[in-house]
Amino acid sequence: MSKTTAPETKEKKSNAIWSELLIPALAVLSGLILGAIVILVSGENPLLAYGALFEGSFGNPLDLFQGLQIYFATGETKELLRSIYPFTESLVTATPYIFAGLSVALGFRCGLFNIGAEGQFFIGALCSAFVGYSIKGLPMIVHLPLAILGGALGGAVWGMIPGYLKARFGAHEVVNTIMMNWIAFRLSDWLLNGPMKSSGFRPVTPNVMETAELPRFFPDPLRFNFGFVLALLAAWFVYWFLFKTTLGFEIRSVGSNPDAAKYAGMNIVRNFVLVMVLAGGLAGLAGTAQVLGVDHWVGQGFSAGYGFDAIAISLLGKNHPVGVVLSALLFGILRSGATDMQSMARIPIDIISIVQGMVIVFIAAPDIIRWLYRIRTIKKEETVLTRGWGS
Amino acid sequence: MTNSNTDINLAAERRRRISFGIALIVVGLAIYLLFAVNTQPGAMTTFGLNLLGSQATVVPDLIVPALPAIYLLAALAVFTGAFQLARGIRSTGWLVGILAFTFVTAFLMWGAQDKSFNLTGMLSSSLVRATPIALAALCGVISERSAVINIGIEGIMLMSAQIAVVAATVSGNLYVGLIAAILLGGLVAAFHAFLVIRFKVDQTVSSVAINIFGAGATSFISSRFMQAAGDKMNNSGTFPIIAIPGLSKIPILGPVLFENNLIVYLTLLLVVVMHILLYYTPWGLRTRAVGEHPKAADTLGINVYFMRYVNVILGGMIAGIGGAYFTIGSVGRFDEIMTAGKGFIGLAAMIFGNWNPIGAYTSSLIFGFADSLQVKLQILRVPIPSEFLLMAPYIVTMIILTGVVGRAVPPAADGQPYEK
Repeated sequence: MSKTTAPETKEKKSNAIWSELLIPALAVLSGLILGAIVILVSGENPLLAYGALFEGSFGNPLDLFQGLQIYFATGETKELLRSIYPFTESLVTATPYIFAGLSVALGFRCGLFNIGAEGQFFIGALCSAFVGYSIKGLPMIVHLPLAILGGALGGAVWGMIPGYLKARFGAHEVVNTIMMNWIAFRLSDWLLNGPMKSSGFRPVTPNVMETAELPRFFPDPLRFNFGFVLALLAAWFVYWFLFKTTLGFEIRSVGSNPDAAKYAGMNIVRNFVLVMVLAGGLAGLAGTAQVLGVDHWVGQGFSAGYGFDAIAISLLGKNHPVGVVLSALLFGILRSGATDMQSMARIPIDIISIVQGMVIVFIAAPDIIRWLYRIRTIKKEETVLTRGWGS
Repeated sequence: MTNSNTDINLAAERRRRISFGIALIVVGLAIYLLFAVNTQPGAMTTFGLNLLGSQATVVPDLIVPALPAIYLLAALAVFTGAFQLARGIRSTGWLVGILAFTFVTAFLMWGAQDKSFNLTGMLSSSLVRATPIALAALCGVISERSAVINIGIEGIMLMSAQIAVVAATVSGNLYVGLIAAILLGGLVAAFHAFLVIRFKVDQTVSSVAINIFGAGATSFISSRFMQAAGDKMNNSGTFPIIAIPGLSKIPILGPVLFENNLIVYLTLLLVVVMHILLYYTPWGLRTRAVGEHPKAADTLGINVYFMRYVNVILGGMIAGIGGAYFTIGSVGRFDEIMTAGKGFIGLAAMIFGNWNPIGAYTSSLIFGFADSLQVKLQILRVPIPSEFLLMAPYIVTMIILTGVVGRAVPPAADGQPYEK
């Protein structure tokens, strides 16, 4: 995976970036076209549907223009805030995707397939919520970091178990992380109906204390919050960790060739566990960001779909932190817009999963894209993403 | 080199002996502390041996004094553990068997004290619940024997489940539904095969794409069309139970084995057929050769790609039957994400069964038993939250994967693309 950074001219470099971006872009385009066909077959107008999607994720440009006009004329921000609401919602949706995508990407870098982001997300959210509502009377500067740490730890533990089982016994992480997901769902069912249930009728946790909430940047209906900044920091951390530290180098070595790494004296067991702990922690933080920044409570099905989305995001971003941030933004935009599409154009939100499945196929099989669009560049970059059972 | 290897093996063997011995003794103590202490001295546990509405000859129920039986089971576990520590028992199967048997039986004695517990009913439902798991496992066996990993079984089953119920409801014929499910299963598997063989896509990634696509597509169709159409698309009825004349009269065995629906019989048949095909026909030999050493197989003139395509597609068809079980084989309607991880549990059964059909079926039965036990216990109102009982199959999967995968040997070329 690690590319040698031989001295390159600037032109070459920008060319390389373009060709890196070309295939993901075409993959997304093809996914959207297939989605349009599905919409067409189900008897709706894809242009209208995608129009609703666009408006739902970016807002109406006319509204923004009007909002700006009113703001400059009167200093009234209400209209302006209303017009940027859809876009900030897209960023809000993207926040947990960044964390979860980083979690899966980190796993892939070490040759581990973390399908358990969903369970880790849920456990992280529950732990954060617990710290958030059960401890009272702390100042924010102590309480908020504590709640965030709780979420990261919860996710880390959930990731560590399959990591350890893989490293020590060779039990395949794909099956084990999925089993951990189901265990997390059942556990959360019990917690939400029992020990963690709020006083109300519904199976949800109590609201977290105000001192544990991630601060929001704008006044109320806008939910854009500090979590987004944390997500970007996490992306920077993963980048630094993977590419600038010895440990990160070891992890990438284990990922690309475990036998060579072993003979070079690297500790495979430790690296597997470490990566799954970090990956679990990141997925846990995704849940944390969602509960402390957006919802302030946890209910059933809280983590629905995040795990699978995270896989798509990671693959689309080529398992690189920068790529993950970009594709998480894209998915945030799609998901947040799809909610509007569902209400305006009567297209079920599940269409996005169909698009996602296709995008993964196209990304994983760039040859299909090359063949479809007659791209000639044959740049062989073999990446071992996963390996078979055991080993 | 060989010397140090045997040393390592000896050390591992000793470690295994000691850990199994300790585990058995711990289980014995746990039986005493958890169950014996909480059992009323005079309590009787009734194990029902007759199934209501079954054709089998009626036999008297088994009534056991709970407390003495629990003491006996605890003693058995401790004794076996002590024997294991002192002398060692070679067969891991026996050790695991005794471990599970003593604990589960003691648990039932305690849970069902002063109540009646239908043993035959539970065995029968174990077999039924094992069916989709077994079909998933068989799909895994056949495609991995030719070295193609398919983790997309879950997605295939979900899509097949949906098309089965829709086709059966619309046409009014359950067999049409079954055939539609089989064809769709084969089609999706063919797509997977095409990606991993022609384009050499990472097999796990391609399967995961199938899972995501399957979950998305079925939910999309369900909420876009099926909810509005209601019973016109989503109420097919189920395959009737066929009692095999004569055999179904046998007590206990009759209702468990010989009063089932078509899909359960089909599964049992498939296990036998696949075993014969894999081990006693040229086709099976070729399949296994392709899975173990594709290069050698190729040299001998076997078409590696063709064998892989055929096996993966056949596997997909079997998974299609598994999908059909969920709807037209059991409840007669489709719900979103109704497979609930059964495809993945099937993969664990495949591994536990050491990639052979009979082994895979046997381990599916264990999962089926765990699944039906959990349901029965909820009915018995055992003082354990039902959510924890629901976790049991997943935890069992993890334990089995962890404990066994070191010993289980996958086909040597499993998961590797073949390049000429």
